[in-house]
Amino acid sequence: MSENSKPIGRRDLLKDGLRGGCLIGLGLVAGSAAHKNRKVDMVWQIDPYTCASCGNCATYCVLEDSAVKVVQLYEICAYCDFCPGYFEPEAELEPGAENELCPTGAITRKFIEEPYYEYTIDEALCIGCAKCVKGCAAFGNGSLFLQVRHDRCLNCNECAIAAACPSGAFKRVPADEPYLLKRADHS
Amino acid sequence: MMRVSKITIGLALSLILCGIALGLEQFPPPDFVETEHVMPSPTTPNPRLDVYEYVDAVVLLAALGLSSYLVLRKRSRRAVFVLMLFSLVYFGFWREGCVCPIGSTQNVVLSVFDKDYAVPVVVLVFFLLPLLFTLFFGRTFCAAVCPLGAIQDLVLLRQTKVPRWAESALRLIAYVYLGAAVLFAATGSAFLICRYDPFVSFFRLTGGLNVLVLGGCFLLIGLFVGRPYCRFVCPYGVILRQLSRISKWRVTITPDECVHCKLCEDACPFGAIREPASEWPAQDYKKAKKRLAVLILLLPVLMLAGGWMTSGAKRVTARMHETVRLAERIYSEETGQVTDTTDASAAFRATGRAIEELYAEADGIRDKFDTGGWIFGAFVGLVAGVKLIALSVWRQRTDYEASRASCLACGRCYKYCPREHVRLEKLKEPTGEL
Repeated sequence: MSENSKPIGRRDLLKDGLRGGCLIGLGLVAGSAAHKNRKVDMVWQIDPYTCASCGNCATYCVLEDSAVKVVQLYEICAYCDFCPGYFEPEAELEPGAENELCPTGAITRKFIEEPYYEYTIDEALCIGCAKCVKGCAAFGNGSLFLQVRHDRCLNCNECAIAAACPSGAFKRVPADEPYLLKRADHS
Repeated sequence: MMRVSKITIGLALSLILCGIALGLEQFPPPDFVETEHVMPSPTTPNPRLDVYEYVDAVVLLAALGLSSYLVLRKRSRRAVFVLMLFSLVYFGFWREGCVCPIGSTQNVVLSVFDKDYAVPVVVLVFFLLPLLFTLFFGRTFCAAVCPLGAIQDLVLLRQTKVPRWAESALRLIAYVYLGAAVLFAATGSAFLICRYDPFVSFFRLTGGLNVLVLGGCFLLIGLFVGRPYCRFVCPYGVILRQLSRISKWRVTITPDECVHCKLCEDACPFGAIREPASEWPAQDYKKAKKRLAVLILLLPVLMLAGGWMTSGAKRVTARMHETVRLAERIYSEETGQVTDTTDASAAFRATGRAIEELYAEADGIRDKFDTGGWIFGAFVGLVAGVKLIALSVWRQRTDYEASRASCLACGRCYKYCPREHVRLEKLKEPTGEL
């Protein structure tokens, strides 16, 4: 403490100098970082065009119930009668529950009009295993794809799924545009 | 129109069912003429509001200020403890331990080396504020703000003394950890500190088994050794130590003068109290001088050796980067060492990128690990050398003092000092007669 009235020693002077130096250093770090300033936070998202639907999203998330879910982009969906994301490919033309591809039965199939069926994801059941994504991308329009759902995501500083992603599909995106949805390009 | 689309879909479906994979067949989107069904659009729930991030920063600032006040002015362990509990609940269990100042080091490093990555303002604030406070008030961040410190402080049951030399040697882990974390963050390979954060899975009440076991081990050791992560592993603590050495104000065990009663000697669970020391014993002086000279000469040798070894290991260290791992996998597939493919190699081949391009990118990353390895190794060598030197330098001290670097400012020692009791008027000022 510097309450005592003795003259400033060499040691104190050195410390003051060093402290000043450190302050300038911290200022420089702050300045250079603020130079590339990003006001909004960054969040994790999957680029659906790079995603290999490997299934890691279901198991690598730190959450017990993965923050990655399948999104159905209806405007790309062909509303197939025999949806390759809904049914096992080996299934004969028998649209029955036993032929469902989804391990948790998270896709509901609703008749709209002949021959169109609408497929909706029940997020509470979806585990993000991407089995339907694979099927839809292989034989359908690819309207089913994985996205990080931000109402669930903890936004870890290092995303555990990103570290395990084989195709580098995980990206940091600005929080004000947190989704990378596919674009409808059929029209 | 409808009939046509029906026919095309039927045709395409039958083709698929016949087992003919057509690849990326685009089916036309349906037009619902009969029912005029309106297509729903997918929901896009927003992430946590930015406002809360700023609230976190303000809470951090307030907690740091309060902690400094409670430690240095109020000198109250109880108040520090209460603040520590609050931080554990707020930054730990409520904010689930992310982002923390310890991990934010990597974001700052990455933003320096990666031109495409910018640190969000709040992360930068989390990195800078504790450093700034340490520069003026010592490690008051460690005392009552850091949730990782708090959870370990809570479980401390019975303190055992770690010998000074062992403490110094074990602390080398923290320097190596900091160096590795910076190296891997700078090369864009991984955020090591986050990956092996031992307590975050406790805060989230969920997480991988490995990390849970790691955290359990730290807490188990923490029952008997005060704050093992803080003292021997924490990479941010390494930076705080150095800044704390030159802090403007510091923890002083006695409020006014040391009476050499030795009561505080056992107060510190973190081995941060240094006893008074007189001058070098005369008979050892010559030998010690010679030893010091040798150690100083050894310093550049250690640095060179460290740099040479780690840059030489670049083929191994570079494997932390996914691109290097992928390139090696593709290479062994191309040369026929393996016959199957992995998810990563299959995904790479599906992109149609040239393999040479991948190899070149991996070589570039290896070069970074070459340079980075030299810097990392030299840093570790420097730390080891300086540690050896510090162990052989005799510091003259007249009073019992808290080590500037090691003191975590927890305030446990205050009540051990009889002068503190005088200050609090629990004890009468002894008269000359006593």
